[in-house]
Amino acid sequence: MIDNEKDRHVLSVLVENEPGVLSRVVGLFSGRGYNIHSLNVAPALEEGTSHMTITTYGDMQILEQIMKQLHKSVSVIKVVEYSDIHAVEREMMFVKVQAEGAMRGEILRTVDIFRCKVIDVSPTEITIEATGDHEKLEAIVGLLHRFGIKEIARTGSVVMRRSRRSE
Amino acid sequence: MELTGAQILLESLKKEGVDVMFGYPGGAIIDIYDTLSRYPEIKHVLVRHEQGAVHAADGYARATGKVGVALVTSGPGATNTVTGIATAYCDSIPLVVISGQVGTGLIGNDAFQEVDTVGITRPCTKYNYLVKDVSKLSQIIREAFYIARTGRPGPVLIDLPKDVQVSKAEFKWSNEEVSMRSYNPNYRPNHNQLRKAMEALKESSSPVILAGGGVILSNASQELTDFANEVHCPVTCTLMGLGSFPSSSDLWLGMVGMHGTYTANMSLNNADLIVCVGGRFDDRVTGKLSTFAPKAKIVHIDIDPTTIRKNVKVDVPVVADCRLALEGMLELAKTKYAETDWAGKHKGWCETLKNWRIEQPLTWNDEGRYVKPQQVMRTMREITGGNAIISTEVGQNQMWVAQFYDFDSPRSLLTSGGLGTMGYGLPAAVGAQFAFPDKLVIDVAGDGSIQMNIQEMATIVEHRLPIKIIILNNGYLGMVRQWQELFYKHNYSFTSMHGQPDFVKLADAYGAEGYRITAREDLEPTLRKALASPNPAIVDVVIEPEEDVYPMVPAGASLDEMLLV
Repeated sequence: MIDNEKDRHVLSVLVENEPGVLSRVVGLFSGRGYNIHSLNVAPALEEGTSHMTITTYGDMQILEQIMKQLHKSVSVIKVVEYSDIHAVEREMMFVKVQAEGAMRGEILRTVDIFRCKVIDVSPTEITIEATGDHEKLEAIVGLLHRFGIKEIARTGSVVMRRSRRSE
Repeated sequence: MELTGAQILLESLKKEGVDVMFGYPGGAIIDIYDTLSRYPEIKHVLVRHEQGAVHAADGYARATGKVGVALVTSGPGATNTVTGIATAYCDSIPLVVISGQVGTGLIGNDAFQEVDTVGITRPCTKYNYLVKDVSKLSQIIREAFYIARTGRPGPVLIDLPKDVQVSKAEFKWSNEEVSMRSYNPNYRPNHNQLRKAMEALKESSSPVILAGGGVILSNASQELTDFANEVHCPVTCTLMGLGSFPSSSDLWLGMVGMHGTYTANMSLNNADLIVCVGGRFDDRVTGKLSTFAPKAKIVHIDIDPTTIRKNVKVDVPVVADCRLALEGMLELAKTKYAETDWAGKHKGWCETLKNWRIEQPLTWNDEGRYVKPQQVMRTMREITGGNAIISTEVGQNQMWVAQFYDFDSPRSLLTSGGLGTMGYGLPAAVGAQFAFPDKLVIDVAGDGSIQMNIQEMATIVEHRLPIKIIILNNGYLGMVRQWQELFYKHNYSFTSMHGQPDFVKLADAYGAEGYRITAREDLEPTLRKALASPNPAIVDVVIEPEEDVYPMVPAGASLDEMLLV
């Protein structure tokens, strides 16, 4: 990872679900030279709205501009940045790993430790489903690399504010 | 009763109070033009190029403060509007551009004259729409006008497919203000921030107010003037702010920036406080950012929060409409700070500024036989008494206007500041003249830029618009040549304009009056005669070919590193 982890930001953006809204939001980033690391879009609770979760890297000044630009966009209803908010974050991924001979056992132990699932097996490969926050998935990928990763598909993060604990 | 999409559009424009629009017909907009001929209450001006339509609508909007409207066809009609739309977007000018589109069934099929207009214009509009359902059309038009004129204004485009123009729906119109959950501009200043701003002003001994185009957009010139006078604070303007503060005032420092006055530029780099109202600290204003205003605290008032802390560090941000913020500060000045001796507190600072003005006044080298462009501006100012609307092209002509035609009132200068669009001035003058038929409207051009939209001479003559075009003819793309002279070792690469037309004959060919001034003694009488004419006229002024614009802050240099005359 070339970017500094402390500059990673997770933004939750509620938008009007209308044609072109994705390019509007993405255009704000590309037009100003900001980078989108991951992006997840799906319909939100209220009909006619969509929820985007965007992870991006940048210093505080860049983050401030991104937030302001998103707020300014006519299609954006709400923007929340999660670094100072108590929230849960999850991302899902499939990893297809080369798995032959003695390696298979070791891969399966790794899968167990991280509570991943095996969702597809062939004589030479194992496909794993993993869910967790950004750091956990990075750790899994890091460990599986030595076996030989053939393919990865990741969803990008979704986040939600934690409920207040009642006393 | 059910109406067609074309009728709904025109009824909606009537409801929005549109009295004039600028356009050019074509296949994908023909149904609207067919209906338009039955709406005499909306005046339609046929331009000669779609870029001209958008600039004309823009000139109308800048001169009046109302939303300008342009109507064009699909494909090339729409792409030709892009420069005009981007020009308006950079300078926050309220426009609604309506483009025809191929039928909804053909969209995406690479149909004749099809382009993805909404995709192409997305980054240069405040918002845009592709209308797919005629029943939503009137609501979309209401939203488009609302978005264009509120908050930080800007252009909005409505792309209207051919089948939607002829489909029918019930015409519904509500006179209530539009309400959108995702778009709620904030106008009211936070009172605490205003108090902090006033406290900073009270603590300051060398403050400057830096006024930008936002003051004009929010109609806050009077409030700016009253406030500056109340707290006895010197004022400078960006190019876009010219006219928001009277140049006749003792507190006036002249324009700031790359071609700003010595006093204005020195004032920013020596001030201990800058109160920026409706400006955005553009690179042409600040010069080298790392050395910009090293001693100053900055108060920044702007309706658009994205402009705040975008380029410079801000100590007191105020997100608000400029007029309301200035009103609030004036109120505080008159109450809580009524006892403050502002003039006494700023006395030393005003002395310093006065001395700079005497040491380095705005001037030019008057040697040689040629007419000097600066003198043309001074003479023009004298003849008009400042009572004219001036549009400009871009380059040296624009800077000489900004420096030497002392503006006293808002909306009297129409110029492309942010995008720097050559070819803007002539069509913008058309828009302004339709808005104010009895006012004197002058386009100050160079011999390069005038040819970028010269075709609009036909529009001018068709409508007998008494627009005056002053061409400062130096045979060069003067500003680029100046850069080549100063920073590229006199390598005048492709900036010499060979094969220029005879502009007097060209005026005649279009049916306008043509004048040429070559001798200094002819300047005043010929200019006076041309400006008094009831007809459209081109005045071709042959000026010193290698005259430069000074002062000049070289690109990337600090504001106080000016090249002077």
